[in-house]
Amino acid sequence: MSSRLTPQPFEWIERARPLRFTLEGEAIDALQGDCISSALWANGVRILGRSFKYHRPRGIFSLANHDINALFEYVDDTHLRGDVTPVPAGINLTACNTLGGLKQDRYRWLDQLSPALPVGFYYKVFHKPRWLFPFWERLLRHTAGLGQVRSSWRRRITPKWYEHCDLLVIGAGPAGMAAALTAAEAGADVILVDEHPHIGGSLDYQWTNDPGAEAPRATLKQGVTAHPRIRIMTATVAAGYYQDQWVPLAGPAGIAKTRSRALIVATGVIEQPAVFRNNDLPGVMLASAAQRLIARYAVKPCERAVLLVANAEGYRAALDLQAAGVELIAVVDLGEPAERGPLASKLAATGVEILAHHGLYAASGKDRLSAVSVAPLGADGSLDDTQERWLRCDGVILSVGWAPAAHLLYQAGATLGYSQTLEQFVPLELPPGIQAAGRVNGVFELQAQIEDGRRAARAALAELTAATDVASEIKTSGPASNHDLAQYRDPNAHSHPWPIVAHPKGKNFVDLDEDLQLEDLLQAAREGFDNIELLKRFSTVGMGPSQGKHANMNAIRVLAKVLGKAIDETGSTTARPFYHPLRLDDLAGRRFRVHQRSALHERHEQAGACFMEAGAWQRPEFYGKAEQREARVREEVAAVRGALGLIDVSTLGKIEVLGRDAARLLDAAYSMRMTRLKAGMTRYALMVDEAGVIIDDGIVGRLGEQQYYLTATSSHANATYRSLTRFALEWGLQVRLVNRTGQLSAMNLAGPNSRRLLAELIDIDLTDDAFPYLGLREATIGKIPARLMRVGFVGELGYEIHVPYHRGAELWDLLMRKGQPYGIRPFGVEAQRRLRMEKGHIIVGQDTDGLTTPFEVGMSWAVHLKKPFFVGQRSLQILKPGTARSLVGFELQPGHGWPEVAECHLVIVDGDIRGRVTSVAFSPARGRIIGMALVDSEVAGLGRTLPIRATDGVLVTATQVAMPFYDPDGLRQQADVQRQEVA
Amino acid sequence: MKLIPLPDLGPHPVTEFDYGGEQSRPPLVADDATWAAHVFNRTGAPGVLREWWYHRPTGGWYLFERDTAQDRFLRSIPVQDICYELPTDTSAV
Repeated sequence: MSSRLTPQPFEWIERARPLRFTLEGEAIDALQGDCISSALWANGVRILGRSFKYHRPRGIFSLANHDINALFEYVDDTHLRGDVTPVPAGINLTACNTLGGLKQDRYRWLDQLSPALPVGFYYKVFHKPRWLFPFWERLLRHTAGLGQVRSSWRRRITPKWYEHCDLLVIGAGPAGMAAALTAAEAGADVILVDEHPHIGGSLDYQWTNDPGAEAPRATLKQGVTAHPRIRIMTATVAAGYYQDQWVPLAGPAGIAKTRSRALIVATGVIEQPAVFRNNDLPGVMLASAAQRLIARYAVKPCERAVLLVANAEGYRAALDLQAAGVELIAVVDLGEPAERGPLASKLAATGVEILAHHGLYAASGKDRLSAVSVAPLGADGSLDDTQERWLRCDGVILSVGWAPAAHLLYQAGATLGYSQTLEQFVPLELPPGIQAAGRVNGVFELQAQIEDGRRAARAALAELTAATDVASEIKTSGPASNHDLAQYRDPNAHSHPWPIVAHPKGKNFVDLDEDLQLEDLLQAAREGFDNIELLKRFSTVGMGPSQGKHANMNAIRVLAKVLGKAIDETGSTTARPFYHPLRLDDLAGRRFRVHQRSALHERHEQAGACFMEAGAWQRPEFYGKAEQREARVREEVAAVRGALGLIDVSTLGKIEVLGRDAARLLDAAYSMRMTRLKAGMTRYALMVDEAGVIIDDGIVGRLGEQQYYLTATSSHANATYRSLTRFALEWGLQVRLVNRTGQLSAMNLAGPNSRRLLAELIDIDLTDDAFPYLGLREATIGKIPARLMRVGFVGELGYEIHVPYHRGAELWDLLMRKGQPYGIRPFGVEAQRRLRMEKGHIIVGQDTDGLTTPFEVGMSWAVHLKKPFFVGQRSLQILKPGTARSLVGFELQPGHGWPEVAECHLVIVDGDIRGRVTSVAFSPARGRIIGMALVDSEVAGLGRTLPIRATDGVLVTATQVAMPFYDPDGLRQQADVQRQEVA
Repeated sequence: MKLIPLPDLGPHPVTEFDYGGEQSRPPLVADDATWAAHVFNRTGAPGVLREWWYHRPTGGWYLFERDTAQDRFLRSIPVQDICYELPTDTSAV
């Protein structure tokens, strides 16, 4: 461990717990608490990764979860960010973006090609000639992309849970801790979250050697840790802001969906790089990265350092490096050291060479930094490269500026503006419930940060207690409006407005994620991408894994300069969630899908049903094994036609409509007349929307003067209830609706023997006169109270029987037992579909689509245009004269030898699509394949052919025939079948 | 996640609701073009909209004024304010 320092006061490593892992086969000794990058750096490894495009060597740059060139993987995981991922004991890591390892990456030659690969190269080159594109695409897909997807990865299931609090404070640095403590002391329930494994923030790596920080550090850290009203969540990222203070907190255990009443963003700042030639060489790093290395991991960043500074923080870092035993070759100040405060004087007193008004021109070194050149700045701010001077060093430490980590503020809808004083974006206006504090708010001095945190807490609490809807025990001082967001802002700039140096040989990187050089951005701007959003999309600046956390600010500065505009006029981009990438397995969670089961589900299982999904329901498609499907369905159809069948129709929507205006509601909601319906009778009910399109059908029955009972299709049950309730409100009607869909079981007893069976069990007279076709009766079957409707969806004498949910199985058992002598058999949805198709009954949503009117499906009989009003009436009046499409019946000659025709096969006439098949199946009654098709009216006509393109493109010729296909006069439903011959 | 302030029940998450669209009164006496505009055209420009929201757990409809630019619920509107009388005879159409 060559460069491990003596113990540091706030280090995260545990020296008593050594551990070992390997990188590409080479053993690395580390300590518990190390991240991958710190362990490698401590062992003298300098190439931590290869860059995305040119495969240039990269080392530690930010050490703040933005070093996306140092990505690692092992068999079980990928995209591990070296600068934050705890060292994995015993694991063999490899780097993500190499061909053959970090040192001997066979894509290294791409760096030599870089002059031939300017910005936008891909868009301009690889699409021509066109026949070569597949080759290029394969090559690029192989070359590009980070990491490898292995489907054999161990599945990791993480939970999601909910958290609630009065105040969520994001960032446990000085401002965040002060805010949390102030709020908790005033009585608020606080969650304090920080992405790092320990609280403290900049206090513990930037202010480590400052005696003035000792007292506040102790007070704040102990205060928030001990306070009973503060819950601390470390190693947890506030991943994004969603409406009404809804923030996903992503931690090691999973995602906590957190609802807070107020939010304080104390996320601090992200240090920004300087742009000069070879500013990406391993050894060039941000000052905060060097400080993190020293303070958290006790690792010496380098032996001989040159610093580039433009703020007081640079001098603080220089002193920290000195204290860690790093030799300072020179401190290069882009401005005037005399303006940097007491730390600059303190450093000067140690005898370090300080170059005022100088900049860095270029770094050099093979695979790692070995020297850097300095030159004086001219009056116009550009470097005078004639006076270039080389300094030997193995570290270049950059401290030229900051950008606020304002992502959540932007997402919450805050307005930010560029402060000329601070040379930084600062929040100008915050939405209700949101506060900002600390460096993200432009407050830099330690005591000022703490005061700003307290201010933000008071402002947030004042807003909370002012909200009238919640009783609160929070004590506040003064109204929220008295708080001045800018009160504690720094009077001096901590960022340089132009930390950018051009170089004729380039390699001065603005974006290390995407390998974008200064020239690339200038070129993009010259090509006309003169808006920050366009520049971003063309050049891909800020679109890499760190989402521009160190690239966007400099890109905006470059564009502003090219355009000759102010930063504010140039604008900034809003970073969408997530702040850091989240793991897909954290996001995905478990499959949670609710199925509804009817009261008869167990009966179906016992009868060997093959289930199908019908919306949320599980319904029997048929009874039997999957391979017996066709035979079983035909047997079920035969049973209903010839003897007796029983089907579970509990999935139907079942709604009670009660009250003075019940009849008016239904008359206006459905296309048929409902006011004149007699008590004890039912009527087919068709519902259309305002455009006249069929949306639902069912049966409306009248139980009394002010009492109706209706059914709706299974999939539309809730929507029908919803529509009817809203109509009742809009029309100011005195009516009460009860959705009983789940409360009632329903089954349809159908077939020529249905009446005989029922007569044995029921307490009412079933003769035609007493209980006619379309009648509605309440009765008792066995001991079960039931409501019966004599309707015939399947075209046989039949009774739909509705009973309370918990009596459903009892009735089913009774009917099945007593029905044995009558040849009863349960039938499923598929048999029902065929039976109803033989009758020419439509299924809404299968034989109709989102444009189908009643006229198109031959149901003008169900539309009473002369009524005073119904929904869709006006549209249907307009549409009636010209019906563009028609639902026609067709059949195929037996023994035709054609391939199978299926639903959705197209009707093709003279090469044009003229319609589609909506239903098709073998009809036992007709002894052939029959079906329905929705076609253009011009091709409709009884006896005309209907060419249908089946699978494999074969044209099948069907013949159009009249519907219904079976029992066209409906005799079987109405007369006493006992006296009829069975067809 | 958005919270919707129910007038009697306080804030509830938006996932409990179905969106019912803009509240509008059908022009019962109108030419075809006016009727077609009512059926097919929607107010898409940002602004204050009166909308129907259906709260599934309670099975109730609510009318709100919402600023669609800011996605803020401004106030709830009593349904009585927007009811209209159904035509009772065919001559109205």
